[in-house]
Formats: sequence, structure tokens, C-alpha cells
Amino acid sequence: MHAESEVRIPLVTGGKTVHDVSEDIAGRVEQKPTVTWMLAMAVSLALLLAGGYAVAITLWDGIGMWGLNKTVGWAWDITNFVWWVGIGHAGTLISAVLLLFRQRWRMSINRASEAMTIFAVICAAMFPVLHMGRPWLGFYWALPLPNTFGSLWVNFNSPLLWDVFAISTYFSVSLVFWYIGLIPDFATIRDRAQNKISRAIYGALSFGWTGGAKTWSHYETVSLVLAGLATPLVLSVHTIVSFDFATSVIPGWHTTIFPPYFVAGAIFSGFAMVLTLLLVTRKVYKLEDYITIQHVELMNIIIIVTGSIVGIAYITEFFIAWYSGVEAEQYAFINRATGPYWWAYWSMMTCNVISPQLFWFKKIRTNLAATFVISIIVNIGMWFERFVIIVTSLHRDFLPSSWAMFYPTMYDVGVYVFTFGLFFTAFFLFAKFFPVINMAEVKSIIKATGEKPTKSGN
Amino acid sequence: MSQGTNYVLGVYDDEDVLMDAIKTVRESGVKIEEVYSPFPVHGIEDVLGYKRSWLSIAAFMFGITGTTLALTMMVGMMGVDWPMIIGGKDYIPIPSFIPVTFEMTVLLASFGMVGTFFVISNLKPWGKPRIYDIRITDDKHVMAIDLDGNDKSEADIKKVLQGSGATEVNNKTFD
Repeated sequence: MHAESEVRIPLVTGGKTVHDVSEDIAGRVEQKPTVTWMLAMAVSLALLLAGGYAVAITLWDGIGMWGLNKTVGWAWDITNFVWWVGIGHAGTLISAVLLLFRQRWRMSINRASEAMTIFAVICAAMFPVLHMGRPWLGFYWALPLPNTFGSLWVNFNSPLLWDVFAISTYFSVSLVFWYIGLIPDFATIRDRAQNKISRAIYGALSFGWTGGAKTWSHYETVSLVLAGLATPLVLSVHTIVSFDFATSVIPGWHTTIFPPYFVAGAIFSGFAMVLTLLLVTRKVYKLEDYITIQHVELMNIIIIVTGSIVGIAYITEFFIAWYSGVEAEQYAFINRATGPYWWAYWSMMTCNVISPQLFWFKKIRTNLAATFVISIIVNIGMWFERFVIIVTSLHRDFLPSSWAMFYPTMYDVGVYVFTFGLFFTAFFLFAKFFPVINMAEVKSIIKATGEKPTKSGN
Repeated sequence: MSQGTNYVLGVYDDEDVLMDAIKTVRESGVKIEEVYSPFPVHGIEDVLGYKRSWLSIAAFMFGITGTTLALTMMVGMMGVDWPMIIGGKDYIPIPSFIPVTFEMTVLLASFGMVGTFFVISNLKPWGKPRIYDIRITDDKHVMAIDLDGNDKSEADIKKVLQGSGATEVNNKTFD
């Protein structure tokens, strides 16, 4: 037994009942697509198509179509990869870590952020897959399969291979976690369905869920254990992504601070993307009673915390470069701030370190327009962070005669545009056909944290 | 009475009333087959007398299978089948094996546990669920009582249910 404090701000406002939750969320799935949705879908599909051209040319003519050169052999592809993987960190963090910490405010945002995670990881995977040049041979190159090239195996000393395991495990476990959460909600939609087709589709998707107490009891254990497994998994994924750089000998990459710094940055950008998407979804779907200002404020607080960790990491890197006494390392950092890519460095600093500090003001962190703008600025900053780390470290090669600059071609841009098309197409399909809020979970807190606080608790 | 399995269903609106009702019904000697809810009700398995879910143990067993599999695979490939010195490391560089071992452990634990959950809970896409009441997945809690499995008469059971705070008491028959 425990008692709820009466002064606690309700997580679901508007005096919603359990039935209202089904009406509000499942009702959206049952409606005919709106004009706004179709317009949004059309724009996403246009991006997908335009970007698809760049992808096709990349596959047909090879990655020589990208702007890479002998010195800068990694640029937009890996920048975009790390950016998308980072964005894909918020969903599982919200559902797993906040579940372990019993943060009930996660319940109305976890579904959409997990969906976002899954789509972002798919977008991320596009880049290493395309960079293979011949992705159809990728199975031999990336997976430990016996092959015909002289029974050589993949190299388990390589962080790039660890990444293959980390990202694919992260993707599959996140997908399972998300789907487990969806099952009871699909059953709700099945039981409300008016026509045979949707009853059959949502019936199959709901796996024949009935909601028995025994099943719920197993279900809760599954959620808790999955959360326990997914928490170190989230942290491992970006740690291993950072190893792609940190285990090399390139000045600016070869630092031990990378794992925590990358993980904080990932959560930072992930929460920013969740805010960007949810503020729009909330408005369009009129979910103000479920995603309240309090939710936005709590997410903004996480942005201040992780943004500040990222800021401290930038300063620490700079300090350690000086303190190490290694000339190459010192040069790499001075060059970042004052070299030909100074504009990228200072964009990163402004967007990632300065802009989130505005959230110290309660007026700003509870203002939706300001939050929306800053959430986009943060993701621009996080893209520049990866660009700065990757391109400015590479473009000054060990021999000055090899120094070069990186200029993206339209195919670099096109492939990036393609992933945006993919991401938004998937997200809009999700928002239309799947329940955007975890109904079963929200229903379970209606009584305890609805607008009428209970004296006895539960 | 008609053929098939006959149930008496107690419908409840509120989870706290339901919890007390389960206690009352069980104390009166009526055997509850199962209670269906739209959302997980905290502590319901205790009042129903269910054992703690053993799925966490299943997860652990699948997890150590993953650990073993990953280590066997990597040691077999790099240490036995084709030993090579890479970056001056041992043939079996244990620190390099940690990430993949961890990922395989998590992967097998998750998939194994979820798969087991689907099997023991009889959840499958082609499943034909017994829907006692269409409102279970909306906002009603339903207590299902199998008439054949109880010694008491239908009238007595209905009386107990009504006395326990059920908003409706219905009959349901499955073939």
C-alpha cells in the first residue's frame, strides 16, 4: 500500500475516464484519413521518391557518386548514421529506463517514441548498408557466416563488427518491446472494430489477446525484464558506436571520453526529436489532456541535463587535448574551432551548448513554440557535432600534402533526404493506423493520477 | 441450460471494487476461473492466489545460452578454426569479445522470454480468443466463473457476485 500525494499534478487532465481513453486514442485509428494527414503523407512520399533517385544512382554507379575523397573517406554517410542512431535512443530510454525508475509520465509518450526509435534505426542502417556498395553481398561481409573466400571469418576485434551486433540487437529488442506494448491496444481496436476487415487485421495483430489476470501477470514480468535488458542495451549501443571512432588512432577520435559523451548526446538528440514529433502529434490529434505541459517540461529538463553533459564533454575534450601535450591532438582541436570548418564547430557549440540552457527559465521550458524551435535547433546541432568530429578530424591528414576538404554531392544530400522520407512516411503511417498512446498503461493510471487524487491511494 | 461451457460473469467498473470482490467471492467458496481487465491491475495476482511469473527465470536461461553461444562462436572462429594475430592481440582476445557476448545474451534472453510468453499465454496471430465481454478491452473488469467447475448453484453464485459490487451479472456460453 502506498498513498499518493494530493498535491501531485495530474498526468492526465480533462477528467478523462477509462472509456474516454479508448475513444480518444482508438477513435483516431477508426477515422478516415484527414486532408492534413494526406498532405503530410504526400510530402513524405515526395521526399522518399526524390531521395530514392539518389539511392538508386548510388547503388547503380557505386559510392563514387558521393563526395568522399582519398583523405575524407567517411563523411555524410557516417554522420547521418550516427545522427539517426542517436535519435533512436530516446524511445527505449523512455520506455525502459523510466519504467525501471517508475516514472509514470512515460506512459503517454512511450508508444510514439518507441516507434520513432525503430524508424530512426532503420534510417541509420541505410548508411552502412549503402556504403557497402554491394549490399547484397553484405551478409558475407558483416555476419559470421562460413564463406567461400578461404574460410576467413569476420574480425571480432573490430568495433565495426560489434556495431553490427549492437544495432541489430537494439533494433530487434526495441521492436519486440514496442510490439508487446501494442498487443493489448490492438485488442481494444479489434473489439471496437465495425467492419470485418479491420476486425481480422487487428485481431491477427492482437495475437488473440483477452486480458486475463494470469496473462497480465506474465506480461508485466516480461515488460519489467525487457526494461532491465534494454537499459544496458541502450547504453551499449552508442558506446559501441563511439568505439568506431575511439579505438582508432585519428587525433580527435582517440579519446576515452567518447562512450559517455556519445550516450549523453544520443539521449539529448533523441528527446529533442521526440519533442519535435510529439508537439505536432499532440496538436493535430488534440492530445493535450494526455501529453500535458508537465510532460513537455520534464522532457525539457532531460534536455538540459544531457545537453549540459554534452557541453562539459566538449570542454573536457579541449582541455585534455591541451593537457595531453600531444601536438597532433592539440592541433586537431584548435583546427576544429578556428580552421576551415570553424562554422560547423561554432554551429555545434551554439545549438548544443547554448540553446538548451534557455530551458533553465520555466517560461521557456513550458512554452510549446519555444520548445518546438529549440528541439529542432538541438538536432541541427547534433548533426554538426558528428560532422565536426568526423570530417574535421579526417580532413587534416597526417601528411600536409594529403590535406583536403569535403564537398557533398547531390547524391550525399539525396540519400539523407531519402532517410527523411522514409522516417516521416513510417511515422505518419504509424500515427494513422496504430494507437499513438499506450492505452492500457494510461488506463491503469487514470484513477491514481487523474484529476481527482485518491486519498487512500491504491 | 444449453450445451457447451456455461459461465457466469461478474462485471466491475472499478479496479478497487474488483480487488475486494475477488476476496469476497473466493472467501464464499466460489471458484473463479479468471479475471479479465483492460489494464494490468496492481496486486491482482496476489488476491487471486497466482504464483509469481517464472518468465524471469526463462529469460535468465535463454540469456546464459546466448552468452555460451557467443563465446563458443568467437573462440571457435578466431581461436580454433583460423587463428590470426590482429593488432598484436591474443588469438582469443577476451576484451574484444565482451560487446558481442553482451549483445547475444540480451538478444536471446529477450526473444526467448517473449517467445515463451507467447506460447504459455496462447498468444498467436491466428488465435481465436474467447471474448467473454467485448468491453473488457475498453473499460470493464470481468470475473468469469465456470458453472461446471463449481458446486454452488447458479443462483447462489449470482447472489455472491451481486453482493460483491458487480455492476452487472451476465451469462455466457461457449461451444
